[in-house]
Amino acid sequence: MTDTRPADTAADPSTVRVVVNGREIQARPGELLIDACERNGAYIPRFCHHPRMNPVGMCRMCLVEVDSGRGSSLQPSCMVPVSDNMVVETESEVTKKAQDGVLEFLLINHPLDCPVCDKGGECPLQDQTMAYGPGESRFIEEKRHFEKPIPISDTVYLDRERCILCDRCTRFADEVAGDVLIHFMDRGSSTQVNTFPDEPFASYFSGNTVQICPVGALTAKPYRFKARPWDLEETISTAWTDSVGSRITVQSSRDQVLRVLGVDADPVNWGWLSDKERFAFEALNSESRLVAPMVRSDGRLETVGWGVAFERAVAALNGVDPDRVAVIGGARLNNEAQYAWAKLAKGVIGTDHVDAQLGDGLPAEVVLGLPRATIDEACRGGGTIILCGPDPKEDLGALYLRLRHAVVQDGATLIELTPQRTGLSNIATHSLHPRPGEVGELAAALVAAAAKPDPTDDPADSADALQQHGKSSADALREQSDPADAGQASSPVPEGSGYTRREQSGSGYARQLQRAARDISGPVTVVLGRSSLSESADATIDAAVALSALDDASFLSALRRGNVHGALDAGLAPGLLPGRTTLERGAHRFADAWPGVPRNVGHDTAGILRAAKAGEIDTLILLGADPLNDFPDAELAREGMAGAGTVIAVDLLPNDTVMAEADVILAAAGPTESSGTFTNLEGRVSVCGQIVTAAGISRPDWMIAAEIAIRLGSDLGFDSPAAIRAELSTVSEIHAPLTEEALDDSQVDGVLLNGNGDIAPPEPAGATSPVNDRYSLRLLTTRRMYDDGTALRHSPASSGHASSLELRLNPVDFDKIGVQEGTVVRVESAKGRLDMPVQVDIGVPVGSAAVPWRTLGADCRPLIDASAVVTDVRVERL
Amino acid sequence: MSFFTSANLDIAREIVSRYPAPRSALIPLLHLAQEQHGWVTGDAMRQIADLCGVTPAEVKGTGSFYEMFKFHPVGSYLINVCTNISCMLLGGEELLDHARQRLGVKTGGTTDDGMFTLEDVECIAACTEAPCLQVNYRYRLRVTNDDFDEMIDDIQAGRVDDLPRHGTLARVRQRIPADRLAGILPPDKAREAPVWLQRNNAAEDSVVG
Amino acid sequence: MATNGYVAHAPGYVDNEGPKIVSERFSHPDSFTLARFEATGGYEGLRAALAKRPADVHDEVRSATVLGRGGAGFPAGVKWGFLPPGRFPYYLVVNGDESEPGTYKDRLLMERDPHQLIEGCLIACYALGLSQCFLYVRGEMALAQERIATALNEAYDAGYVGRNILDTDFSVDVVLTWGAGAYIVGEETALIESLEGNRGMPRLKPPYFPAAIGLYGQPTIVNNVETLANLGWLMVNGAEQYKGYGSEASPGTRLFAVSGHVRRPGVYEVEHGVTTFRELIYGENFCQGIREGRELKMFIPGGGSAPWFFEEHLDLALEAGPVGAAGSMLGSGAVVVMDDTTDAVKATLRVVRFFARESCGKCTPCREGTTWEERILQRILDGEGRHSDIDMLLDIGDNISPGPYPVAANPQEGLDAVPFPPKQTTICPLGPSSVAPIVSTIRRFRHEYEAKITRRDSIPVRTEVLQ
Ligand SMILES: Cc1cc2nc3c(=O)[nH]c(=O)nc-3n(C[C@H](O)[C@H](O)[C@H](O)COP(=O)(O)O)c2cc1C
Ligand code: SF4
Ligand code: FES
Repeated sequence: MTDTRPADTAADPSTVRVVVNGREIQARPGELLIDACERNGAYIPRFCHHPRMNPVGMCRMCLVEVDSGRGSSLQPSCMVPVSDNMVVETESEVTKKAQDGVLEFLLINHPLDCPVCDKGGECPLQDQTMAYGPGESRFIEEKRHFEKPIPISDTVYLDRERCILCDRCTRFADEVAGDVLIHFMDRGSSTQVNTFPDEPFASYFSGNTVQICPVGALTAKPYRFKARPWDLEETISTAWTDSVGSRITVQSSRDQVLRVLGVDADPVNWGWLSDKERFAFEALNSESRLVAPMVRSDGRLETVGWGVAFERAVAALNGVDPDRVAVIGGARLNNEAQYAWAKLAKGVIGTDHVDAQLGDGLPAEVVLGLPRATIDEACRGGGTIILCGPDPKEDLGALYLRLRHAVVQDGATLIELTPQRTGLSNIATHSLHPRPGEVGELAAALVAAAAKPDPTDDPADSADALQQHGKSSADALREQSDPADAGQASSPVPEGSGYTRREQSGSGYARQLQRAARDISGPVTVVLGRSSLSESADATIDAAVALSALDDASFLSALRRGNVHGALDAGLAPGLLPGRTTLERGAHRFADAWPGVPRNVGHDTAGILRAAKAGEIDTLILLGADPLNDFPDAELAREGMAGAGTVIAVDLLPNDTVMAEADVILAAAGPTESSGTFTNLEGRVSVCGQIVTAAGISRPDWMIAAEIAIRLGSDLGFDSPAAIRAELSTVSEIHAPLTEEALDDSQVDGVLLNGNGDIAPPEPAGATSPVNDRYSLRLLTTRRMYDDGTALRHSPASSGHASSLELRLNPVDFDKIGVQEGTVVRVESAKGRLDMPVQVDIGVPVGSAAVPWRTLGADCRPLIDASAVVTDVRVERL
Repeated sequence: MSFFTSANLDIAREIVSRYPAPRSALIPLLHLAQEQHGWVTGDAMRQIADLCGVTPAEVKGTGSFYEMFKFHPVGSYLINVCTNISCMLLGGEELLDHARQRLGVKTGGTTDDGMFTLEDVECIAACTEAPCLQVNYRYRLRVTNDDFDEMIDDIQAGRVDDLPRHGTLARVRQRIPADRLAGILPPDKAREAPVWLQRNNAAEDSVVG
Repeated sequence: MATNGYVAHAPGYVDNEGPKIVSERFSHPDSFTLARFEATGGYEGLRAALAKRPADVHDEVRSATVLGRGGAGFPAGVKWGFLPPGRFPYYLVVNGDESEPGTYKDRLLMERDPHQLIEGCLIACYALGLSQCFLYVRGEMALAQERIATALNEAYDAGYVGRNILDTDFSVDVVLTWGAGAYIVGEETALIESLEGNRGMPRLKPPYFPAAIGLYGQPTIVNNVETLANLGWLMVNGAEQYKGYGSEASPGTRLFAVSGHVRRPGVYEVEHGVTTFRELIYGENFCQGIREGRELKMFIPGGGSAPWFFEEHLDLALEAGPVGAAGSMLGSGAVVVMDDTTDAVKATLRVVRFFARESCGKCTPCREGTTWEERILQRILDGEGRHSDIDMLLDIGDNISPGPYPVAANPQEGLDAVPFPPKQTTICPLGPSSVAPIVSTIRRFRHEYEAKITRRDSIPVRTEVLQ
């Protein structure tokens, strides 16, 4: 269709003229009337409308008189996009009468229990009623009754009498989270929100529904009856439990954090949070917090004053050969503390054996040396997302929600190169499941196919579709994991390895690869991380190198640990200095600011543990690290810790390594107890603010570093987080945009630090996919959102989420063992053996054996051979 | 955990195959479950969820919207007396009263022997034949109190043929022979214009040429 | 045909010896079989259509002005023209959900002449390039489902439906789907939701027609059973002959179900637009007047959703224009006649309760307002009413369907025709429909309400808890 209007008479296409209450306003094309009016000072009341979800027009509260040229009528402004010359009355008598009517209808069955309702004081329904509602009720009938609050999950309670059926929570579960576990049930005036009997609302995102409920129908256990809104103080901050850097508001009362809410940061989390981000503060309030320093004497830890603790620590550092000092950890710290510790370790002490990642990450050049993408760039409609990493739903909850939105609502193409099904597989355009160790080869094959599309690719699509039709989702999936099938998702055949073989065999897998390659379009973002902890990073590195050859490709890091990207930017990695530079290239910049820089590139965590095992580490500093539980090779961790000399731990909560091995514990203040900034996986820096005083006599991490430096005879030269930032921006070009002014101006969005600095792109690691002989299955070890992490152990609201140790197998492999589901079987690798129950899981490809990384009280690591590219296992009946 | 018998599972799969999207089979499969068991059980909903690629909560959410699905046991004979306007005008409410007395149950109740469930329903499209009722969705028209009693007597005495137990709706199923099926595709695989529409152009050409 | 009194053949049809388009075969006891259908010119309409270009079939329907019989009366040919070109696939959804109180004609067509309906579906699919047809039949109609299933099985086997119909390149599958008991699913967008496996809640407008965005987001034509049943005859006999019946604005014939207090209730095929309510209710070939010794009190002219009519409306023709101008609608072709024994409040309550029970629950005013209205009316009938209840009922109604209702509160002005259609604060017209009988009867019979309200003016009362 061509536009027949003469170009010169067309109005400015970037704005739409709307007359609201007699005043002309400029609206954006396509904008909803309710939003346009609000931006222009004419707030229209609403309950169901939520700017991050599709409009439903359910509550009818936002009715206004609208005249689009055909006479005025009442229309829900949350549904009506603005159009030129629309005339709108938000205050007219007709509008008021309609809105009052709706409010009265909402109230007739709503209980009058505001005084005991958690929402009291911050309730839109209450506010509306005060502002506009009728003085007294004309409704003299008995109100509708439901059983009082019912728990719909471990964390969330539902009071159906208070519910006004706005469809926000149910829409969230469906549209945003994709966990359709709550739903409208029944009809008409009996309609209610509920779960399926015995299937709780066990979503990692359930807390969001509490936040968006416009009344007190949904409440979260950690906050129920704890406080009233008018008692709360709040500050904007950043969630610290993973690397998404979701923006949050932390609310406290009487010096205790009581609630965390998501903030709608447009480039980041859109107001959503994973429950882990939302409820993690509980751990900080836990009884077992480390509230004062401790030292070990005669094998027992004793609480001491700071003086004693520092003395012990400094004694273990003073005069020690820097090459015999090492630091593990640091992702827990804020940026300022990370810089302080980097300066202490590398500049003052002079060691380069510093690593914030515990064998579960990627080398700095992979994270920092490739073109980087923002979340927004990854989520562009018309672009392609290649997921080559962990399941974002498990590891990076808020990112999962953004990616899901991009695919479902904005039409981004998603291609998964993951070793098993993820939370996004059901919406992925293509799911290719490489076996552990082989993702590099698969990525190379995909890139080759994209460069040279196969002209013989047959139009088998429709035949497949016909064939697929009429099968249950489970059937379809089962068949997809059958190598003979050419379904949507494909997985490798159990015998044989290498993609060439499979391609030559002309199997469905090769065809699937062709189709995936053909569907790559628009800018490509690779979401890159470690998908299994029982394979080495090499295959992932090779995949990254291969995928970087795609046109217009950039990378979004999917490393999981809290502020790990801040740690890399601060130089907490071997061979690295602050500001995305290397010892080799950047040392000169630190000549004035630092007492010195290490001469040689140091060990990573595995290297440090090996050195410690060999008796080469006299002093080991743990910056919020728990190697005994958190390093993939449990045996090496044990031996390394045993061989280390003095162990100094800087931590918030007791973990196994700290309690068993630390000689000195320096009690650190938590993320809500010290001020600073956080760097997320995009390189975005945002404020992580203090709202309560530090627990006990614990101190901020940066102060601990500064004090140790002084006692070592070297002043770090700063006395506040702001001063640290000031120094950082002088030694690091990357950090130059990070001025106090910029931070103030972008309270919500944060400051994006662009560029690769001096970091060169990675070289191929040349991982070779080994042939498995004696053992028939490849071990897949993946994280869950809730594993046996220290924080979870101390968070009552979330502990119900923890999974248990079990083996999951594809039905094809399961059938070979010949046991019932739930039977305990033996899993044996070259390294060790474990007994655990077995379950069927169609999401696990044929030939793989999936076990969760650490669960409450159980640990799969005895099986993992960290020195091998992959770990193979054999499964036997007992 | 299979709820459906293997014969019904085959039927279920065939039903799913008739729709461009499996979810569309949700309501037909709920009917099938009710046909098999008389009412819809939790296991039935779980299996339907699997067959349709949705969650059990969605199955319950959809199913509970519709009156015909029962999530608790009901009598073998579901008696629906119409009391909507046309029937009300000619004695529908009185008939319902009589039915309550005769069966000794309240509206919505089931007799102790599990034989009858009585409901009052909205218009069942037999308005010219008021007052009317349905037993397991089979009509009885212009029903008097005596007719009602006789009907109950007959059922109790086993003098009924042609009246399936509650749950079975139509006793004839649509079947599509494989060689007659035009072909059912998901919408995104059916973007081509139907071939016969080309006749529009062909004829135009011939008119012009 | 009946066994133990369970009716095996939809009764109620009365042959009034007028022109017949859709009920021609009804007099044959085996009218539903393929054999009878073929013996009486069946599938000739399909053959006639296949001999034409699809676009010409559409033109024929357009020029015949086949008005939709589902309630809104929108011309089918025009609606078909709303399909956006090129956005395939297109679907046909047949609305056989007939649940409007008083309405009884689609069931007759489905039980007695299922092939006629199938033929109509095929013609529509051929004309428009619709690639699959879903026949959505109300759940409670077990016999209609059996008849249609049988007919479809026969038609598939005989080559009328499915691949290469009558050995041409025309191929379409017709799939029978059962509803499950929800009046609102008759609303076309709710029907589509239901077909997609969802709760039958209407979609928001715009788009006003599913022709733009319908089933699975694809362009979709929704037509009523009776609308489609006309097409076979139309293809054989042509638009000119079709227009020979009825009025210019409303050509053809139409099935009307007349129920209530008439001597001979029944379903009549009536010339559209020319016959009057008086003829239909009093005519010898029709209902033959009010039952013995009684007078007409009021009547519903077009199904439960329509505002009510009285004596003075009897001479209106059965045509959308005049009926609409008088403040009501022809709706679904259902006339419910009430004589002077009828309790106006009770009759009102019964219709209001229907809408309260059938509200889908999406819009606050409908979900909450209809039950509130029902409970007030019930209270008045129970002798617990207050004088203020009458105006409150009107005001509540005004909050569901704003506009003329405050006027009706004033008895002096109340007799003026109420503008139609009403405005609404809701998504679909169901909620507003509950207001129609309230306004109709309060305007006319306010004294009956008052008579029921006795002494209990300001005493707060409690009635039974819902559910
Ligand atoms: C509340 C409501 C109920 C309806 N019920 C029916 C119905 O049972 N059958 C029907 O054909 N149309 C019904 N309709 C009308 C349909 O929405 C739609 O207009 C019709 O099916 C279109 O077909 P037609 O153009 O052939 O009349 C209903 C509309 C509303 C608002
Ligand atoms: S008016 Fe009533 S039936 Fe119609 S959409 Fe709204 S709530 Fe549902
Ligand atoms: S905010 Fe618009 S209808 Fe609810």
